[in-house]
Amino acid sequence: MTGSEILSKMRERFGGRLKEVSEKSPKRIYVTIDRADIREMTQFLHFDMGCRFNIASAVDTDKAFEILYHFTKDDAGVVFSVRVFLTDKNKPEIDALTPMMRGAEWIEREIHELFGVTFTGHPNPERLLLPDDWPDGVYPLRRDFVPPKRDDREVKKS
Amino acid sequence: MNPPNQPDFKALKSMIPIGPYHPLQEEPEFYKLVIDGEKVVDIDVRIGWNHRGIEKLSESKHFDQSIFIVERICGICSSSHPIACVQAVEDIGGIEVPERALYLRTVTQELERIHSHLLWLGLAGHFLGYNTVFMWAWKYRELICDIMEAVTGNRQNYAMMKVGGVRRDLTPDQSALILKKLDELLPKVEMLKGAVLDDPVLQARLKGVGILKKEDALEYSALGPTSRASGIPADVRRDHPYAAYGRLKFNVITQEEGDVFARLVVRVLEIVESIEILRQCIKDMPKGPIDANVKDVPEGEGIGHVEAPRGECFHYIRSDGTNSPVRHKVRAPTYMNFPTFKSTVVGQTVSDATIILAAIDPCYCCTERLTVVRAGKRKEVALTAEDLIRLCREKTKKIKEKVTGNGI
Repeated sequence: MTGSEILSKMRERFGGRLKEVSEKSPKRIYVTIDRADIREMTQFLHFDMGCRFNIASAVDTDKAFEILYHFTKDDAGVVFSVRVFLTDKNKPEIDALTPMMRGAEWIEREIHELFGVTFTGHPNPERLLLPDDWPDGVYPLRRDFVPPKRDDREVKKS
Repeated sequence: MNPPNQPDFKALKSMIPIGPYHPLQEEPEFYKLVIDGEKVVDIDVRIGWNHRGIEKLSESKHFDQSIFIVERICGICSSSHPIACVQAVEDIGGIEVPERALYLRTVTQELERIHSHLLWLGLAGHFLGYNTVFMWAWKYRELICDIMEAVTGNRQNYAMMKVGGVRRDLTPDQSALILKKLDELLPKVEMLKGAVLDDPVLQARLKGVGILKKEDALEYSALGPTSRASGIPADVRRDHPYAAYGRLKFNVITQEEGDVFARLVVRVLEIVESIEILRQCIKDMPKGPIDANVKDVPEGEGIGHVEAPRGECFHYIRSDGTNSPVRHKVRAPTYMNFPTFKSTVVGQTVSDATIILAAIDPCYCCTERLTVVRAGKRKEVALTAEDLIRLCREKTKKIKEKVTGNGI
């Protein structure tokens, strides 16, 4: 099945719930959906169409947290990037994909600790990369993150 | 209810932490094995000891420097990350790369694959107590490092890639050198292939160990030789042709069994395949420019992915039209292959854990020390890396005795 065939099936299934579709090239297709549809989209792409879950990548923009879920259809040579906007910047939340697809466990933990996005229903929302003594509520890949200043080292004069 | 003074033996489980640091390994990781007797009942992996914030760092550099940064993510994959990175930038701008540059990228990528697979083969031999394999594999890997040194000036971190092309051309002398070294390498690899794949002890030791079922590989989205050994014929080189791979003929090696032996077979056969690809590259390489002289990177977003020795390496870059990326996401293959431990190690014995953990070829784990904590008794037994490897080797020795009758 080619990328555009999958895309037309997707249009059939999601209809008006596809907010935006851009075929950047035959190999790269970006679609924007509402965050409530992410599990259904994963069901469609990963389980029904047999796409491989590449990874998710989050971006902190002025208006929203943006998460892109990348899925690859290997035998068609096409990458689908599903874009979701989390507009409530104070309380970004989205359904976790881990309960349906174990391959998403680590990246959801990573996005949670680096961006502070809550993945509801994640079975194991533990830290992955940051040290155990990292303060709660500090998210290093957010735009407003200010790196701690290095301690002024005392230079002893001999 | 147990009588007083007698522990509930069924509930007794031990926890074995492995890692996070070991001076022999390039990357620290931490495994927590929960064992019941000899058998592993659960495993947890903790990463982050080597987190250098490269994604964040890259956002503070300009595009040329980003390539320099990602090249240093891993010394072994130091051509895969830069290629994925420049491809992502080229995807943003729709930049056409000159033919010759595409071939040169392929050459670096395949040389890297050979040296990485040989490195893994050596390590696997070492853990199993086959130190001759270890010595051989690493000796022949030197041939590749020599080529890299002659062609790029560096044995690792080749600094070959740039947006729109490559940095150095290949002279006729260098092409001849590559072909000569490959001619030298091929019989050695064939010899290793025979020695490893036909060895009855290795077969008995590795077959049926650490099986990753096809459906598990799909659910975890496992990559590279790890998934190909489980019967998934996915290879970025063939499925999403980049560099010159669309113009070359090669086979995607797969195996059905999904055990450690299958992964060994995949890697060894891929070395032979890579040598063939390299020969085609040198023979067919067109003449012409090696650089498209890209000046600006426009606004937009792009994805670049390549087949690194361990699997697909994925880069996502977003640009706002300035000269540094707004977001640079890097996903290395081990990130997807690691969590498969949950299905491969559980149910196996401690003596197999080392080789199963090694079989996905992580930038290999850190068997720094091993502490057995007996619940209830508060007694800690600290074992060293040597102990873990010893356990692994003793099992090989036992099998050897059975197979050959004398253990030699």
